Amino acid sequence: MLRYIGKRLLNYVILLYVAVSLTYLLAATQLNPRALWAVRQPPVDPAIVEDQLRQYNLSDQVPLLERYWTWFTGVLHGDWGYSPTGVNVAEQISTRMWVSLRLLLIGTLAGLVIGVAAGAWTATRQYKVSDRVVTALSLLIISTPAFVIGHLTQIGATLFNNVTGTRTFEFIGETGDVGDYPLAWLVDRLQHLFLPTLVLIVIGAASMSRIQRNLMLDSLGADYVRTARAKGLPQRRAVMKHALRTALIPTGTYVAFSVATMFVGATFTERIFSFPGIGQYGVDTITNRDVNGVVAVTAFAGVCVLAGAVLSDIMVAILDPRVRLA
Amino acid sequence: MSASDATEIETLAAAAVKPQRRLSRGRLILRRFVRNKTAVVGAIGIVLLAFLAIFGSYFLYWKFDDIDTNAFLNPPDSAHILGTTQAGRDVLALTVRGLGKSLLIGLLVAVLSTSIAALVGASAAYLGGWYERAALWVIDLLLVVPSFFLIAIASRGAPEGDASWLILVVLLAIFAWPLSARVVRSLTLSIREREYVQAAKFMGLPSFRIILRHILPNASSLLIIDATLNVGYAILSETGLSYFGFGVHAPDTSLGTLIGEGARMATTYPWIFLGPAAVLVFLVMCVNAVGDGLRDALDPSSSSGGQA
Repeated sequence: MLRYIGKRLLNYVILLYVAVSLTYLLAATQLNPRALWAVRQPPVDPAIVEDQLRQYNLSDQVPLLERYWTWFTGVLHGDWGYSPTGVNVAEQISTRMWVSLRLLLIGTLAGLVIGVAAGAWTATRQYKVSDRVVTALSLLIISTPAFVIGHLTQIGATLFNNVTGTRTFEFIGETGDVGDYPLAWLVDRLQHLFLPTLVLIVIGAASMSRIQRNLMLDSLGADYVRTARAKGLPQRRAVMKHALRTALIPTGTYVAFSVATMFVGATFTERIFSFPGIGQYGVDTITNRDVNGVVAVTAFAGVCVLAGAVLSDIMVAILDPRVRLA
Repeated sequence: MSASDATEIETLAAAAVKPQRRLSRGRLILRRFVRNKTAVVGAIGIVLLAFLAIFGSYFLYWKFDDIDTNAFLNPPDSAHILGTTQAGRDVLALTVRGLGKSLLIGLLVAVLSTSIAALVGASAAYLGGWYERAALWVIDLLLVVPSFFLIAIASRGAPEGDASWLILVVLLAIFAWPLSARVVRSLTLSIREREYVQAAKFMGLPSFRIILRHILPNASSLLIIDATLNVGYAILSETGLSYFGFGVHAPDTSLGTLIGEGARMATTYPWIFLGPAAVLVFLVMCVNAVGDGLRDALDPSSSSGGQA
């Protein structure tokens, strides 16, 4: 078992190294940071630009492999480099990570739980009205991009605020005007968290319910559920103990994976609701031609994906008695 | 041969010559597909949208690059059914133009990525050995990195011009094929052992021909479903990238570019956002509905298509 996991981990580390290196080479050749100064008015002295670029290992006049080596040795020492304007990349990631976590934790988990419940419930009521309504709704939500859902809630919230003349819904940033009553900071944060969390729950629940419904339909039709009924178990017990349990095994791996990749999964939600998290940072680094920044975000995302893969492997081994790792 | 056998053969023969025709595979699939009302509505929706995208510009009064200097940021009225943008361009004409681009990108990406997935997946399983390992490793590599950011980086450095959207098509396809290739591979692993593949192999056919003529046609159900679902995936990716300004650039437009432009003022001037967003959601929903319907109709183990 340990040897198996060790081998898997080694493979993952090599995979990650190659992926991040390729990303660096792509970013270093495609995002031309020099262009940031080209639009400055009055024009900046080229020598000063070159100095600034060389200081942060971004000059395209230095050979690509030399830049790569400088970057790589830096990373080995825990230095992920600086943006063209001199912002420390590692610091950005470590502060923004928590912003993403605060935004995404409740939404992701609640979305998963609601999705599993809805999927399992509708599977037991296949082709009844409730099943058809939930299925149609989830098809509608899955077909709607996250940014459309986000802006629609904002339009709705603005309408509500205007009609009632209150500021019930807040949707810009993490915090706003804090009142001076006890626990005002908490109310303020929750107010700002409400709409993005709602969006995350809706999106997560919709896709999860579809997956869970299919899994549950498969296990409801399985022989062992019929056997359980035949030996006299009431339908409810047969569904809960025999069908739902087996249908939750693949879900466990999926949950492990989506919790680990949560940090980078909500670029649109972060952007629309102005939460300065990792996803928003990734987009900003590309817009601002920040080579070191975008590589760090990619590496972070890669670590999340691989952590998710390891977690889901372990989850399968725990949940599924048929899996025996020799 | 006993008497009962003889009568059975006779009844079988009688059944065979009866005027009622045997169902061909195509008719069977069509029957199962038509039974699914959502899928039929989706198919009609796609045809209508494609018609609108191709011929719409001939019926509309405003062209997508016309500027109406009497109407800046006008809400929907009789002159501009979906309103105008800040620059005085007609939102309906822009939406039709953007729809065409998004639809075209979606179709091209789907065809391209499913083709790559079919060739790589089938050859990996059929050839095996080092080739298979290498292919699986590349697939894992592409799945580790966040494709959204990489496509954005690459499209940022890509040369601009009229054909820049074709580069976007290639980029989207490069990152869309790995998951499907895995599925094709596992299906090929079982097809590879069938008698007709073995027979072709021992007749001395080259591997490439066996994959093209004997393996891929037998995986066609999967490939058709995969291509359909990839259309939806590609449209969503393209609009997502364009929303951030990484995909289709001005002066060209796609649904994502339009939505991104409208989103900036969505709470105050919602019509620039709502028109293209509604078209996009309807389009992706139709594609997904058709994909689901095809899955039910093509998959012999699926019970949701009903009998026969």
